[in-house]
Amino acid sequence: MLTKRPFLIELLTALGLIIAPFVLPHLYFAPDTINRILVWGIFGIGFDILFGFTGLLSFGQSAFYGTGGFVAAYLLTVANLQNVWASLVMGMIAAAAVGYLVGLIALRRTGIYFAMITVAIAEVFFFVEFNPLSAYTGGENGLPGVPTPQLNLAFTTIQFNTTPSMYAFLAFWYFVGLVIALRIVRSPVGTVLRAIRDNPLRAAAVGHNIHAYKLTAFVIAAAYAGFAGGLLGVMQGFMPPDAFMFDTSGQLIMQTAIGGAGTLFGPLVGASLWLFLSDFLQGPLQLGSTWKLVLGVVFVLLVCFLRHGIVGGLADLVRLIRRLGPAGAPAPEADTLFEGSEDCTPTPMRQAPVSHGTADIVLETKGVSRRFGGILANSDIDFRVRRGELLGIIGPNGAGKTTFFKMLTCEVHPSAGRIVFEGRDITGLDVTAVCQLGLTKSYQVNQLFSRLTVRENIVIAALADKRGAFRLDLFRSLHGVTGLDARVEETLAMVGLTARAGHPVSELAYGEKRRLEIGLALATSPSLLLLDEPLAGMSPRERTDTVRLLRSIARGRTMIVIDHDMAALFELVERITVLNEGRVLTEGTPEQIKRNAAVQEAYLGGVMAA
Amino acid sequence: MINWTNLAAQAFNGLVLGALLALISSGLTIIYGTLGVLNLAHGAMFMLGGYAGYVAYSYTDSFIVAVLAGSLFVMLVGVAMERCIIRHFYDRPDEDQLLVTFGLGIVSVEAVRYFFGSLSKPLPAPALLTGITGLGFMFYPTYRLALLGIVAAALLVLYAVLYRTRIGMIVRAGIEDSVMVDALGINIYRVFMLVFGIGAMAAGFAGIVNTPVVSLSPDMGESILVQAFVVVVIGGVGSFRGAVLGGLIGGEIISITSMINPGYAYVMLFVAMTAVLVLRPYGLLGTSGRS
Repeated sequence: MLTKRPFLIELLTALGLIIAPFVLPHLYFAPDTINRILVWGIFGIGFDILFGFTGLLSFGQSAFYGTGGFVAAYLLTVANLQNVWASLVMGMIAAAAVGYLVGLIALRRTGIYFAMITVAIAEVFFFVEFNPLSAYTGGENGLPGVPTPQLNLAFTTIQFNTTPSMYAFLAFWYFVGLVIALRIVRSPVGTVLRAIRDNPLRAAAVGHNIHAYKLTAFVIAAAYAGFAGGLLGVMQGFMPPDAFMFDTSGQLIMQTAIGGAGTLFGPLVGASLWLFLSDFLQGPLQLGSTWKLVLGVVFVLLVCFLRHGIVGGLADLVRLIRRLGPAGAPAPEADTLFEGSEDCTPTPMRQAPVSHGTADIVLETKGVSRRFGGILANSDIDFRVRRGELLGIIGPNGAGKTTFFKMLTCEVHPSAGRIVFEGRDITGLDVTAVCQLGLTKSYQVNQLFSRLTVRENIVIAALADKRGAFRLDLFRSLHGVTGLDARVEETLAMVGLTARAGHPVSELAYGEKRRLEIGLALATSPSLLLLDEPLAGMSPRERTDTVRLLRSIARGRTMIVIDHDMAALFELVERITVLNEGRVLTEGTPEQIKRNAAVQEAYLGGVMAA
Repeated sequence: MINWTNLAAQAFNGLVLGALLALISSGLTIIYGTLGVLNLAHGAMFMLGGYAGYVAYSYTDSFIVAVLAGSLFVMLVGVAMERCIIRHFYDRPDEDQLLVTFGLGIVSVEAVRYFFGSLSKPLPAPALLTGITGLGFMFYPTYRLALLGIVAAALLVLYAVLYRTRIGMIVRAGIEDSVMVDALGINIYRVFMLVFGIGAMAAGFAGIVNTPVVSLSPDMGESILVQAFVVVVIGGVGSFRGAVLGGLIGGEIISITSMINPGYAYVMLFVAMTAVLVLRPYGLLGTSGRS
């Protein structure tokens, strides 16, 4: 939505900002209200990157709004720094620094813990502003006498001391803030942030350091908040202490939800509605303090019935019209046949040299065990994989296959034993680090980024390989990542989803989702690929397609496949390890396994042996 | 030089506040544990309890009727909230649940402000419990002393309901795995509704019995909610014992710090929370079970 035509959104925003002061007063917006909307809008851009794009709902943004505001106001009043521009930037830097420290604590946990911790942090800041720091912040009086900005040009000085000129000042900063945010959202970092929102587990599993990215989003939001706080003081000529109040965070959240999270414009639209209604209900309607009750009810109704807010709702409507309209041709047949990819040249492995001797052992486990309470899921497993091998693992339900895979990818740590990958002890590393080393897995139950398109899914996985676990390329475009487009197209072709690349994951058939699941693992270009029941739940035709896909992937790769489909597996792999009750029962070629009496007994309880 | 009498009095205040926080937080934590919903309107339930009690008291002049009516009213509000709104949010993302309960909290606060105004309302303690009591080493307001007993009794009742009754067993099973409870043929939605009601009632009860100490205002729930969050983070989400332990720790930290410098009470509370998060990320008595 944001990428079709370059600079179109920027252009429209600039036009809108220029027209707004001439149009909005006719809609009964007071000039002062319009200025306040812009400050909330800037505050909200940062918050939307945190909440709408990364999925982190912080109730503590007032802490950074207040910090930035008071640092800037303090510099301009008490410290008597004359330069408004420099003070605003310093306020922003202070807020970002505080955001970094707070983020280190708050991001230790996710979900509701994160929400609760941010609430607590905001409250602490409020009390600190009021008491211990009141000598600097003026306590409950705030800081009066904040000067208005001016711009010294060689021939003249522009003063921003009237409401219309202040509008120009704020609109300029809104535009700058929006352009920066658009760049961030379209950058590789922005893509990873959305991946974290949709499925943090998988984002980490394909090799992104999600904690570092979350912290990045948190600091970005704090920086925007700090800058907006500074603007508030400059706009009013007074820095009010209630910037630090919990209500500030609450109002920001409600405005963003009303306008639509994840749209960047949502907060501005929400603030417009909020401030307009608050003026209107208190002014012409004479409702006094009841306005907040009305707005509260409006908010609850919107959360219940308009899930994506006003901007999101409009976008949904446009999409719906496009789909129904004559211009939008009917979507291609959902069940596109997988054409196979036998001709596709597989991506070379990371380290291609096929050597012999001990060096060609890709993965080795020594005495690996895993205990869950009283249950021994895996016990003393010794296991080896040679480079280029296609290996199968079978075993009855509960044999410990999936736990074993989870230990190999370091999602679960062994209670005892060691795991060596490419000559390196990976026991105790985390799943992100292991994926970066070239070992990843496709999941038994699909772990996709379900709100994004097929292509975006693959891009996310490929980015982890092309950029490493963490990189701060906030202003680079996705196309600027070397080799990314080629990798994405190649992976799409390999799993036969090129024709479906633009579709959201939610529209895919089950078999297609399974192939995308494998594609996510492939796009990280693993040197060892684990597949956990790739054939589970498939129709016979999907099954045949997928076996063909696996065979084509296997060329030039090392793979381990778990599956219950014996016929398919025996045909596919070269060597099989049989697990039973957490132990290695036996291993050998498919022929040997088929004839092995112990295996028959494990599966059939000795019927065959009798 | 430490004033021991003063310290003892503050420690006692901390115990009273801690018991209140324990009760409120256990309501919050059993709702979250069972339904998976963090109720941001929980502070508003605390406030509603106080006002409902105030209304009942102004008609009957009976403190006991006020407490019963106040708690019952909040329970009904909780049940209605779950039945009409929260229920439709179980399948929606966590953020939506937070948003809607946050909105409901605001609506409750503003509705009370609409009907009762912003001025604070007093509610006297029953005549029997007014005055001060000598404890040998210090004198202490009788009602606060009684409050400690009342809240401790309420906690015991809640504990008994959770750990000694059939319904409590179902609730605890629901905290472990609500899908499984549903699969066993127990109507989990009815349990959810009940739990939400009981959780809200815990807050409402605390709100009404606390009123003689603090007097009522529509915004009184906000700071209590924040404190309850810290308590739950310290104690461990979903753990009743954790809420009690966390409540007592939180109450003491606030009281003792306030004696030295009230401005730092929240800072110290926050320091304690951070320490717990660093050393035991799932809280003192929490487990990593439910994410």
